[in-house]
Amino acid sequence: MNNKMLYSLAALFDSPDKIMKAAKTVADKGYKKFDVNTPYPVHGMDGAMKLPPSKLGYFALVLGLTGATLALLFMWWTTNVDYPNVIGGKPLFALPAFIPITFEVTVLLASVGTVASMIIFFFKFPNNSHPVHDTEYMKKVSSDRYGLLIEADDEKFNEAEIRALYQELGAESIEEIYFDEEETGWKPAVFDKKFIGFLVLLAITVSTIAYFIMNKALFEAPFDWMMTQHKFSAQKPTDFFEDGFSMREPVKGTVAKGFMPYLYTGQPDSAEKYLVNPSFPDDANLELGKERYDIYCSPCHGLYGDGDGRLNNQFPNPPSLHTDKVRNWKDGRIFHIMTEGQNIMPSYAKQITREQRWAIINYVRALQRAKHANEEDVK
Amino acid sequence: MSKFQLDYVKKPIPAKVTMIGLVLFLIGAGILAAGFASDHVRAAFNMNIIYMFLLSVGVGSIFIVALEYIAGAVWSVPFRRVNEVNAGIFWILPLLAIPLIFNMHDMFHWTHKEAVEGDKFLTQKAPYLNESFFYIRSAAFFFLMILFYTLFTRLSKKQDTTGEGKLTGRAIKMSAMFLPIFGIGVTIMSIDWIMSLEPHWFSTIFGVYYFSGSLLTGLALLTFIAITLHQKGYLSKYINKDHYYNFGALLFAFTNFWAYIGFSQFLLIWYSNIPEETFWYINRMEGGWGVVSLLLIIIRFAVPYFALVAQPAKSNPTRLKFMSIWIMFAHILDLYWLIMPTFSKEAPVFGWIELSLFILPAGVIILVFAIGSKNKNMLPVGDPKLQRGLEFHL
Repeated sequence: MNNKMLYSLAALFDSPDKIMKAAKTVADKGYKKFDVNTPYPVHGMDGAMKLPPSKLGYFALVLGLTGATLALLFMWWTTNVDYPNVIGGKPLFALPAFIPITFEVTVLLASVGTVASMIIFFFKFPNNSHPVHDTEYMKKVSSDRYGLLIEADDEKFNEAEIRALYQELGAESIEEIYFDEEETGWKPAVFDKKFIGFLVLLAITVSTIAYFIMNKALFEAPFDWMMTQHKFSAQKPTDFFEDGFSMREPVKGTVAKGFMPYLYTGQPDSAEKYLVNPSFPDDANLELGKERYDIYCSPCHGLYGDGDGRLNNQFPNPPSLHTDKVRNWKDGRIFHIMTEGQNIMPSYAKQITREQRWAIINYVRALQRAKHANEEDVK
Repeated sequence: MSKFQLDYVKKPIPAKVTMIGLVLFLIGAGILAAGFASDHVRAAFNMNIIYMFLLSVGVGSIFIVALEYIAGAVWSVPFRRVNEVNAGIFWILPLLAIPLIFNMHDMFHWTHKEAVEGDKFLTQKAPYLNESFFYIRSAAFFFLMILFYTLFTRLSKKQDTTGEGKLTGRAIKMSAMFLPIFGIGVTIMSIDWIMSLEPHWFSTIFGVYYFSGSLLTGLALLTFIAITLHQKGYLSKYINKDHYYNFGALLFAFTNFWAYIGFSQFLLIWYSNIPEETFWYINRMEGGWGVVSLLLIIIRFAVPYFALVAQPAKSNPTRLKFMSIWIMFAHILDLYWLIMPTFSKEAPVFGWIELSLFILPAGVIILVFAIGSKNKNMLPVGDPKLQRGLEFHL
């Protein structure tokens, strides 16, 4: 018996009035570490025990503010810093859209965190067992008696004095409660070296097995989820033909049905000489030319053909379209340059149809005319 | 535990209170009458704000009465009589609507026939938004409210002498009938009197928005009157901090509810960005109204939130009384923000006419309470739940 550690001295009372009086007296006598156990909540007990208001609210406040800050910071970082993207025409930091998420994260962190801090800080997790468990005292207070216990840790703890006090208060029975021998000096097994080693070993084993199953075993033919198939795949070489291409070239000189190939490949002078602009620069044509010009030409040549597009200084700067050279070129020459490209300018034959190319030329002519207007034009 | 002994003594409200109410009412009415004489359009808009505020008081109070019955609430039984007296404002609300009816054309764009004719939206809304149906709806609303008010108070008064429990049962059944009617009625009233000021605007949540503010006003008025009565010894010594705590918690909860509803309305309109919805907010976010919108968030949400968030604050009578007045003031500001931009689009106006916004409702509320509480027990002394309600502990 003697090597057992005393946890507390407990008394049982048979009525709520008595326990209220007992709690009040014990608190008045200046005991700090004492507790009351009743089968149901007794109103006014907090006041009788002189308990200060719970501090749990502050945990909730701090956690909630943390949640709100983290959520806002995260959304600010993703939408403004890491991957700025305009969505639905809203500003990058679209506060109203973030409020619901901020609210959710605030509530989540505050509620989960409050429960966690209650368990960790107030219930002193991880404790396997509390000394009052499995005692006669606990059996009584969880059915029909009202119990009060003063812990041996208390500064004013004196067994004889407390026994006398309990008697005076009309206690039905008095019980000594001891720590479980196994619990005294008990350390959580989580920090045991062997246990940690076991966890590490387990993690490595499971990861290795998972790696081999997911990456190797699952892809052994023929049970490879049809990952490899004997067909031609885009962008993949084939070993069927010698040259490695899966598609065959058409016979030289093949012409698609209803399509006239460009006749002046590599012959800018002939193009200038023989090609004639087939379109008439009416409103619709110029409108089309402007639209295509703004999309495909303006990035380099500028919106008005001055060679001051927004890609200036990132590549060798393009020439102005208002030089005498360009103005004196015939339409066919410009058409040829757009079709085949020139210097650093690539071919636009794939992006711009022939009609559109002619329309662009009409628009460029209009721009040139606007730059070099005569006195008479104003009249 | 000591034996329960009902310590209620019937005391009349001092005549001084009636006098203060009467003076405030006369000053407010005088300002408003002068306003009608000098600028009748502006005065009509002010009258609309006052009217909707007083409607909020009635709506909030009668809702709390019905809610208490249908939820079987116990703690609020000692304060039910205060709500019943406050809900008596329904008797005079139809009278207060008269000056508005004479100025319908100055406030409501849709009452102009020539405006409706050339307007696709208004033509389509005309089966609902026309003057005769408008009056029918309001009249039906007041008829039903006064009917249920009379039924509730008659049962409650009868119980004072008989103390029969089955009367509570009947009141519960009546509340079940009343609440759906109430929900539809309040939605219709808010749409008719506030939302139809901007007949081109769409918002499906508007009824709830007005209701949330109204309930908050009803609760705030109840809190203020109940605490004042208790401090002056009109109620019972059994009323304690836990009752106060419930007032604080409800005020806090419904402050959040208001913010939630208000933000829901804003978020959806902001997100979808459809012109026929956004113009309403743009009117209130640009020019001088932007400041009012920000102030509304601070006054109506941030200040009550932080003033009531702490546990001790919810049961501190001084703070509760102050916050009740604050919340009622915030509701007037809210209504000002809802209604006034139709009158002056550019910037908020505040002059001597607007003083009536605060003086007249205060006078009416005090008068209604002082006159309504005459010859009435301030506690429902016959209610079987009264003892449990008074001995309520958290």
